Amino acid sequence: MTDLRLSRRDLFRLGLVAGPASLAAACGWDGGKTLAPTLRGASRLNDWVGEKLLLSDGRLSRQYPRSARTPPAAFPAYSISHPLPTLEDPEGWALEVGGLVANPQSLTLEMIQALPRITYTVKHHCVEGWTAIATWTGAPLSAVIALAAPKPEARYIRFETFDSDYSNGWDLKSAMHPQTILAYAWNDRPLEPAHGAPLRVYSPIKLGYKLTKFLTAMTFTAERPGGYWEDQGYPWLGGV
Amino acid sequence: MNDVPTPSPDAPSPAPEPSPGEPPVPAEPIPAVPPPPPAPAPALPIPTPALPVSAPAPAPVIARPAAPAPRPRVKRHHGLVRVTHWANAVLLVGMIGSGLQIYGAFTHFGPRGHRYYPNPLDGKALPLTMRLGGWLAGGLNWHFALAWPFTLAGLAYVLYLAATGEWRALLFRPRDVPRAWQMQLYYLGLRKEHPPQGKHNALQKAAYSFIILLGALSAATGFAIYKPIQLWWLTALFGGYELARYWHFWAVWLFVAFTLVHVALVFLVDPASLRSMITGWYRGRFPSHD
Repeated sequence: MTDLRLSRRDLFRLGLVAGPASLAAACGWDGGKTLAPTLRGASRLNDWVGEKLLLSDGRLSRQYPRSARTPPAAFPAYSISHPLPTLEDPEGWALEVGGLVANPQSLTLEMIQALPRITYTVKHHCVEGWTAIATWTGAPLSAVIALAAPKPEARYIRFETFDSDYSNGWDLKSAMHPQTILAYAWNDRPLEPAHGAPLRVYSPIKLGYKLTKFLTAMTFTAERPGGYWEDQGYPWLGGV
Repeated sequence: MNDVPTPSPDAPSPAPEPSPGEPPVPAEPIPAVPPPPPAPAPALPIPTPALPVSAPAPAPVIARPAAPAPRPRVKRHHGLVRVTHWANAVLLVGMIGSGLQIYGAFTHFGPRGHRYYPNPLDGKALPLTMRLGGWLAGGLNWHFALAWPFTLAGLAYVLYLAATGEWRALLFRPRDVPRAWQMQLYYLGLRKEHPPQGKHNALQKAAYSFIILLGALSAATGFAIYKPIQLWWLTALFGGYELARYWHFWAVWLFVAFTLVHVALVFLVDPASLRSMITGWYRGRFPSHD
């Protein structure tokens, strides 16, 4: 009997803990003013673990045969602007490479296509949880970085676009990864607007929202750049 | 009114360890009100654990005491076990809520452009009351923040079991298979006497061993879908990203099923065990040590 009586009291204590927890769950709670900054702090810790401990320069994504490709119509394509952003003057387009670099560049598509070419068929991981396989062709980002010769204090790259105010930032280690490219072809055909024409970042080692489409500029910075989704709370590194 | 005016020795804190020479049974508090009626069912006689379960069933010696003797109060759960138990109980709620929030962003399993894997919840988002985070980024941030304490508490618990030898009272081994069967028969009412047991019966051992394994699998499949390229070997171990995500999701429902049965049995079979998981002290009908 004593046991039961105390159990009730214990139950009450348990309720004190479970009550707020279930309330938090019931409200779709993002942490509020108090906890949301803590959660973002934890997210930064995870970025650090992801970049410094887990990301390996030499770890390459598996490549698939072309027969393993996702049917093109089943490969989702997201953009911020609707309808899809397109260039008014495709001939006048160039990628501006600047910021903390010794040799700023203005690269036309022809110049980028003249750089070494990488083609691979890899799996795309979306933050939402889906995957899809496609063939991508482009120039290694490391080759463009070599052209621009970043200064020692450059630690990040900010990619900018003509898709509304979409932008995001990369760590140099991921940018220098041998499978990180500036892609101009998808499934052996010129990049379509839906996939970021004329040029987008691609890499199998990052989630899709880091693979910036509709590029206009890449800027080397010493400070960690924000980004369209990252500023709203998505993990900054987005590495897989 | 639950409170007894006299200081109760059952007060959960402070609870000093009884010294070895001391009689372990503290005096029952003198109730200020007439004592409640005796428990409806007398405690089942639990044979000593030394009795091998496979021995021929002894003649039922019903040496039932006329009145149930006050049971000694024993220390049943170490503080680390209690802290990690409740920490992971709360963290599990958060992990599941945020995980279901994340699930809502893509409510299928399997690669795009193919037939999706069987899933009773295919195409369905979970109701708001079951989700934590509000939107995908909120769910992700909760999930990846809580994953660390959840994993670390689990590791601390397993290391504690390994270091103290307490795993022996908990690990389900082949010899527990017939015992678990007998226990099941007892629960189904097909066997009269409660099978002998130590700290846990064989079904409990099965459940607690399973839940540790499930926790480990949840953490491993979680890392497998968190870093499928960097931890490719782990992802490959579960059959690739899509399957690892699938197992990670099924683990949720096994956790939910375990928790429902676990909580139900606490109240149906051994309510005193709830108190022991909070204060560490137990005065129930089962042995607290093997």
